[in-house]
Order: sequence, then C-alpha cells, then structure tokens
Amino acid sequence: MKENILVALDGSECGERALGAATKNAQITDSRLFLTYVIDWSPYTFNTPEENEQRHQRRESEIQKASETIVNPKAQELRDAGLEAETVVRHGKIAETLVNLTSELDIDQIYIGKIGESRLQTMIFGSVTAALVQASSVPVTVVP
Amino acid sequence: MGRVFLALGLLACSATNAFAGIDEAINSATAPIASFIGKVVFFKVPIGDAALPVVVLWLVVGAVFFTFYMRFINLRGFKHALQLIRGDYADPKSHGEVSHFQALATAVSGTVGIGNIGGVAVAVTVGGPGATFWLIMAGFLGMSTKFVECTLGVKYREEFEDGHVSGGPMYYLRKGFSDRGMEGFGKFIGTFYAIGIFIGALGIGNMFQSNQAYVQLNNVSGGALDGFGWLVGLILAAVVFMVIVGGIKSIARVTEKIVPFMAIFYCFFALIVIFMNSAAIPQAVANIFAGAFTGEGVAGGALGAMIIGFQRAVFSNEAGIGSASIAHSAVKTNEPVTEGVVSLLEPFIDTIIICTITALVIGTAQVAAPGFAGDALGVAMTSAAFEREFTWFPIPLAFAALLFAFSTMISWSYYGLKGWTYMFGEDERGQTIYKIIFCGFVALGCIVQLGPILDISDALVFLICVPNILGLYFLAPIVKREMESYFARVESGEIKNFRNSGS
Repeated sequence: MKENILVALDGSECGERALGAATKNAQITDSRLFLTYVIDWSPYTFNTPEENEQRHQRRESEIQKASETIVNPKAQELRDAGLEAETVVRHGKIAETLVNLTSELDIDQIYIGKIGESRLQTMIFGSVTAALVQASSVPVTVVP
Repeated sequence: MGRVFLALGLLACSATNAFAGIDEAINSATAPIASFIGKVVFFKVPIGDAALPVVVLWLVVGAVFFTFYMRFINLRGFKHALQLIRGDYADPKSHGEVSHFQALATAVSGTVGIGNIGGVAVAVTVGGPGATFWLIMAGFLGMSTKFVECTLGVKYREEFEDGHVSGGPMYYLRKGFSDRGMEGFGKFIGTFYAIGIFIGALGIGNMFQSNQAYVQLNNVSGGALDGFGWLVGLILAAVVFMVIVGGIKSIARVTEKIVPFMAIFYCFFALIVIFMNSAAIPQAVANIFAGAFTGEGVAGGALGAMIIGFQRAVFSNEAGIGSASIAHSAVKTNEPVTEGVVSLLEPFIDTIIICTITALVIGTAQVAAPGFAGDALGVAMTSAAFEREFTWFPIPLAFAALLFAFSTMISWSYYGLKGWTYMFGEDERGQTIYKIIFCGFVALGCIVQLGPILDISDALVFLICVPNILGLYFLAPIVKREMESYFARVESGEIKNFRNSGS
C-alpha cells in the first residue's frame, strides 16, 4: 500500500540508518518519502535588536545550508534510484514540529534515528525521541 | 592583553585630574545652552500652584486622542496581544523568523531600567502617593500611542537589497509626510528626529545609565569605588564594545537572559515585601486614590501630582518618544498591525506592573514607618524600602540596576545607530565609527559629572516627541484603516489561528 513516510534527518549516522530503514520500506510499498530536517529554534528567547534585524537573513542561510548539505543530496540519490522523495526544512522544537508536519503533510508513519543525546540532556530536557513517540498520532519507528 | 588594560588604566588614572578640569570647562560652556534648551522644551504654563510643562501636555493629549480614535485599542487589543505572544497566529512555515514574543522581550528590555526602580521613588517623593495613580493612568493611555507608533514603524520601514531593514519614526515621518505632498517638511522632521534620537542615545540611553550604574555600585560598596569611576567606566565600555563592535553575542545573550530573570526576581521580592507590610496595604492604596484627587501636601495639589505621574511614566515606558518603534521595525512581518498590538503590552509591563509594584513597596513602607528612607532619593529610597525587610537586598538590587542599565545601553545603541545611518547612510565603516563613539560615552558617563550635557540630551529626547506625535496625528487614519482591516480578517478567519484550527 502506498504511504507517506516521514524521515527525520539530523546530519548524523543515526539519521542515515533511519533513512536506510525507511528506504527499504518505501521500495517494497512504493511509498513516498519526506526527508525532513528540523532546525532547533524556540520563539521564546531573548535577543538584542541587532540580532532581530539579522534574523531573517540568518534563517534563510540556515535553511539553505540544511537543504544543500543534508536533505537535497539524499533526496536526489533516492530519486535517481527511482523513488519518490520530497524535502522539508523547518524551524522549531523537533518533536512538536514533526507532529505538526504529520497532519500537514498527511503522513502515515515516521522514521527517526535515536538522536545522540547525553544522559544529562535527557534528564533535564527529556528525550526528543521519547517526546515524539508520546505525542505522535501515527506509528513511529525508532532506528538505533 | 592585560598589559594593554594596565596601560589604559594608568592613562585614565593620570587623566582623572585632567578630567576634573574638563568637567568644569564643558559644564560652564554648555550650561547656558542646556538651560536655554531646557526652558524651551520644558516650557511651563503655570496653573494655580502647579506648573504644567507643555511637552507633557502634548504627550498626554496625544495619548488620550489615540485611545479614543483607535476606539480603546489598549483594551480591545489586549487579549489578541496575548494570543500573538503565545504564537496562536504564527504560521509554522514562517517559524525561525523573529517571534512576537522575541520582539516584545527586546523592546521591553530597552525600557525596563533605572526608571522603574528609581524614577517611581522620585515621583512619589515629589508628587506624593497620588502620583502613582496618574502614573498608571499614563501607562494605560500610553499603550495606544505605542500601538500607533509601532504599527507605523513596520509599515514605513526601509528594506534594503541584502534583506536588512531600518525603520522608526524618521522613516515614517519622511515617507508619511511626502505621501501627503509635504516632501520637504517630511525630510526636515525626519532628519530632526534622527538627530534627536542620536543625541538621546548618547545621553539618557548611555551616559545616564552608566552613571547611575556606577552610583549604585558605589553606594552598595559603601563608597569603596569613590574615585574609581574611570575603572568602572572602562570596564563597562569594554563590555559594551565587545557586544556591539566585537559582535560577541554570548555576552548580550547572557544579559538578555538575566534581565527578565532579574525583573521577575525584583517583582517577586517586591510582592513579598508588600505582603509583609500587608497591614499597611489598605492605607497605602487609600493614599494613592486620595492623593490623586486631592493632592494633599503636593505643590500644585492634584494637578501637581498628575503632572509628576505623567512625566515619570513617559520617562519610564517611552511611549511617544518613538524608540520602541525602531526596535519593532526590525521584525519581519506582513502585518504591521501585529507589531503594534504586541507593543501595547510594553507600557503595561513596564508602567502598570513594574512601576506600580515599586510604588506599593514604597507606599506601604511609608505607612508602616514614616520617614523610613531618611534623605534617600531615587534608587536609594527604593533600596531602603526593601532593606527594611531584607537587609541583604541592596546588593542584588544594585546588581539588577547594573544589568538593567547595561541592557538599556545595548538597546539604545541600536536606536542611535538607526538615527546615524538615517543621516549618514548604511556604510559599514560609518557604523563602526558610531559604535566607537558610543562606547566612549559609556566610559565618559562614569568618569565625568556632566550635568548640563545630560540635561540637553534629556530635553532633546522630549523634544523629539513633538515631531513624532505630530506625525502620528497625520498618519493615524492610515493606522486606523490597517487596524480595522486586520481585525476584520482575524474575525473572518482569513488570518488563521493555528492553535484553534488544530493543525
């Protein structure tokens, strides 16, 4: 059955393994892949006026960098292999943004790598992967 | 590096004596100019025993007019402002741009400063408890003025090819008036405003702040820093230099994080102090209302209290000066009205919340222990009111004052820069020259006591209210049209509420 599969990339090997697993699934089911990169960003920080002024340009360059170095090359590889692949780059909190994309893009399942977080980070902020699994309305495959 | 600082220190040390001479020379040269400008700007109309400065009247009349003309936008827009801050209307596709919360936080950290701690004490001393009532009233009316100026700032800003933006009153004055066929006049008052904000940025946005920070540190250390103004000045200037010229964002980021924390810390302890004096609360509140309408013991009676309250409110929340409009212009948005609505919250936070809390701390202390502060005035008086309950409080309070001063300087360096680039163009080298001048004035603020120069700067900041509000009158119909169209689209759902739509 043809599905929309979202793959969360983070530029690490973990993300690539998640992509590998998702690709296998897509080849079998002839599904469409959405390669996604979320740039960690919070609307609740405190900036100087100068930072605010430069924010728009910085955002553009962040998106460009993520697209050119991470998402686009992978998507091209997949398309060359005859798969359907689209790319999404967004700013936001990772788990929350992925959940929002699920309904926006009509996603059927999510593949995500076990993001390399230290124990301390997890203790303080909670794990991104765990948060996603909790909040997601579609099946989530966590690839170690 | 250390050697450089040592050398600088020695240089400054030997220069301290020379500075004393310079002080006097500059003071005597500028005093007549200062007193002339002061007399013109703060020209007072005597009404009974009270003297009403015309410029204060000009600001108040403007605020009242905008409140009615915008049909109480300060009340109507309040809930929507909170929704915008919460991100209800933020399209996920545009995440990563400056959020409404960030725009507000930046503008607020520019206005929350020494005025909130010390200015209120001055108001209560001079204008009696009743001044507090009028202070709150002015904050409430000022919300409408802010709405108009911040909406216009975004609407008429200049966007350059590389994507950076410059905005503020100088731009809306020039473009707004030339749209109405008064090109020459628009250019004139635009430039006039730019000069005013530039000098204001060196004075009350800079020297006054660094000077007050030094005075606080010296007070709390029991006079240990007497004669070390040059050292405090150099350190402050060096830190400001690192942020605005060196682009060391981490320092700015750290202060920008500590400042809201300090503001919350301040309000938290203020509320505790108020409740520790809870027996005095009813009397203190009664004094505020009674004083507002009778003005007992105040020169000029109720009107005197009113004038003091209004004047201090403007000093504190800057509504009508147009500075916040510059900060909000930096934000990328398709709807200028949203920035205006968000900016409503600035006088609310600055004046109605923080100033009122300070006033209550002082008011309850006055009821519980009349004459508690002795001869202390300004920040020292507020500090004494806290010290009654917490003997250690003056130290964190001095630290808070230092940080408030620092963040105000960073914000005003940007306002002044925009005035500079308006006059001299966006050239990088010119901007660096401005920033170095700015840092020089930071150090100068601690080293020399330049009363008259500060008076000139003070007067000029009030003087730029005149063209600014004049422009606001002319452009108010445009703002009103934008406002009505915006709220109609919110109502109809054309402007989408992303939280309610469940996506």
